[in-house]
Amino acid sequence: MTQPILQIEDLRTHFFTDRGEIPAVDGVSLHVHAGEVLGVVGESGCGKSVTSLSVLRLIPSPPGKIVGGAIRFKERDILRLKEREMRGIRGNAISMIFQEPMTSLNPLFTVGQQIREAVSAHRGLGKKEARAHTVDMLRKVGIPRPESIIDEYPHQLSGGMRQRVMIAMAISCGPELLIADEPTTALDVTIQAQILDLIRRLNEENGTAVMMITHDLGVVAEMCDRVAVMYAGKVVEEGTVRHIFKNPLHPYTQGLIQSVPRMNEQRRRLFSIPGHVPILHTQMRGCRFADRCQHVMPACYEQLPELVELEAGHRSRCLLHEVKFKEDVV
Amino acid sequence: MSEPLLQVEHLKKYYPIERKWFGKQGAVVKAVDDISFSVMQGETFGLVGESGCGKSTTGRALLRLIEPTGGQVRFDGTELTALSAKELRMKRRDMQIVFQDPFSSLDPRHTVQRILEEPLIVHGIGDRQERQRMIRELTDVVGLAQSHLQRYPHQFSGGQRQRIGIARALSLRPKLIVADEPVSALDVSIQSQVINLLQDLQEEFGLTYLFIAHDLSVVKHISDRIAVMYLGRIVEIAEKDKLYSAPRHPYTQALLSAVPEPDPDMRRARILLQGEVPSPADAPVGCAFHTRCPKVMDICRARRPELAETGEGHLAACHLYPDTLQEDERIHS
Repeated sequence: MTQPILQIEDLRTHFFTDRGEIPAVDGVSLHVHAGEVLGVVGESGCGKSVTSLSVLRLIPSPPGKIVGGAIRFKERDILRLKEREMRGIRGNAISMIFQEPMTSLNPLFTVGQQIREAVSAHRGLGKKEARAHTVDMLRKVGIPRPESIIDEYPHQLSGGMRQRVMIAMAISCGPELLIADEPTTALDVTIQAQILDLIRRLNEENGTAVMMITHDLGVVAEMCDRVAVMYAGKVVEEGTVRHIFKNPLHPYTQGLIQSVPRMNEQRRRLFSIPGHVPILHTQMRGCRFADRCQHVMPACYEQLPELVELEAGHRSRCLLHEVKFKEDVV
Repeated sequence: MSEPLLQVEHLKKYYPIERKWFGKQGAVVKAVDDISFSVMQGETFGLVGESGCGKSTTGRALLRLIEPTGGQVRFDGTELTALSAKELRMKRRDMQIVFQDPFSSLDPRHTVQRILEEPLIVHGIGDRQERQRMIRELTDVVGLAQSHLQRYPHQFSGGQRQRIGIARALSLRPKLIVADEPVSALDVSIQSQVINLLQDLQEEFGLTYLFIAHDLSVVKHISDRIAVMYLGRIVEIAEKDKLYSAPRHPYTQALLSAVPEPDPDMRRARILLQGEVPSPADAPVGCAFHTRCPKVMDICRARRPELAETGEGHLAACHLYPDTLQEDERIHS
């Protein structure tokens, strides 16, 4: 693995609301290598979707605004591009699939028209070529009878089919990075299995890098090479999928993994993390997880821990590590 | 766990989608198509399936929150389907429901106090003071604070709202609670809190649960026995360990293999089902699963398999298990 194709550095995306400034993404740094699948996991409100929308500069403004940081895509700083240049990247080099395939497709246009829009805009294909390319794409994502589906409207398709159409649209220009924001959350498990299989094939066959935003730890374990765990606008742990599942270091990651019921074992009681996610504001001090943490120390309320590398490629943001580190040195 | 508290027999719920035309029967959607099962006293019975399989309709039809088209439901010795509206209301004390969406199932204009008191008033339980005492007790039991009682639902998070919904269901000390996807809308860390709460309450109050969900890991964790539904029918019923270790029906096998496990070492061989669930308005003839079944045979296209014993209380509706076939033929000959 060489230079990452996407590098997010200290990203801060805030929302300015009636109730004050909300730091939804509060200093997030992430990177995605070419051909890699990065999972970004966390619960609702942790900032994972806002991070992904920031990459494509799709944050609704107002109320949202990227107030700091840098996003480099192949050495270009996305945050400094003109809107026109940005349009050349969206749907072309970076594309995105969303959770709700019904609301993210335009109900007034046929499937074919919507996919064609991207190819005509970015590839300058003529009408006939664009149609042929669209049929190819639909076939590639496993849509039966693509020649007739191309002229259907989104409401005529099932949820799984719509998600396939979204994916066909997203890959129509051969993106180098695919951002998938909860791509299977609205789908049933048997359909989810089909869609995950499709995304994995795209990754393996075309080398498309994938940034997979999800709350489902099962999907992460199955799909991802590396994982970033987010909590309250910050990355709390980052590592390979094996690091995260076999040797989680942050108390939040540990709690999260233990609280999921599993099919291959029976526990009488599930582990549960007490309390709930804090309401974000700009005056927060200390560790965001302190209130719910079973290892909390007085210092946790005062000092925000750094994201420290504890073994190669495995970073965690917790004061416990620093205490332990000092003990080890002594 | 001796006798059934709830016995459902040949339950059906059909929705007309076309008007009747000069006595000609219009087309119907068979949301629940002739299902039978029983739930033992103190048991947690899981009902799983994908969207549109009829699991929620089953839960509602057996409580008569929607009127079933046919079949019998026996609950605690009473034939529910034969009760008048008034008798049914009295019986409702013993059977309650917890809904999936904690946002739309609580009245936004009522305080928590009022939400919890209403069932007690309706059933004429206690005087004002006694009701207050009961409500305070309930809030303790489900892990809410007394100070929460004067607040409105929108002031709570999803997990807390679900606690309010559970407290409401519990207020009449029911025997049976139908829990319809009670944790699906919740985040992982909150989900485990609510699951633990449901289990604690079951122990404390001797509750029987009908637990409806699409998440197979959650259902396995909480249930004793599980029924799998597909297109309005039950395809398999078994004790959970048997169901998960040795599923009989090809649909159950595919369903279980499709669940991603939160363990990177567990990448299993997967049975990828082709295509999608057919429309229930136009369900396939014979076995409803035959259009997607990897083990389909000729008979599956012709004759609907009955749910039959395949050994040790493990029931499956599949022609692969010849017992089913023989029995079927015995009936026909």
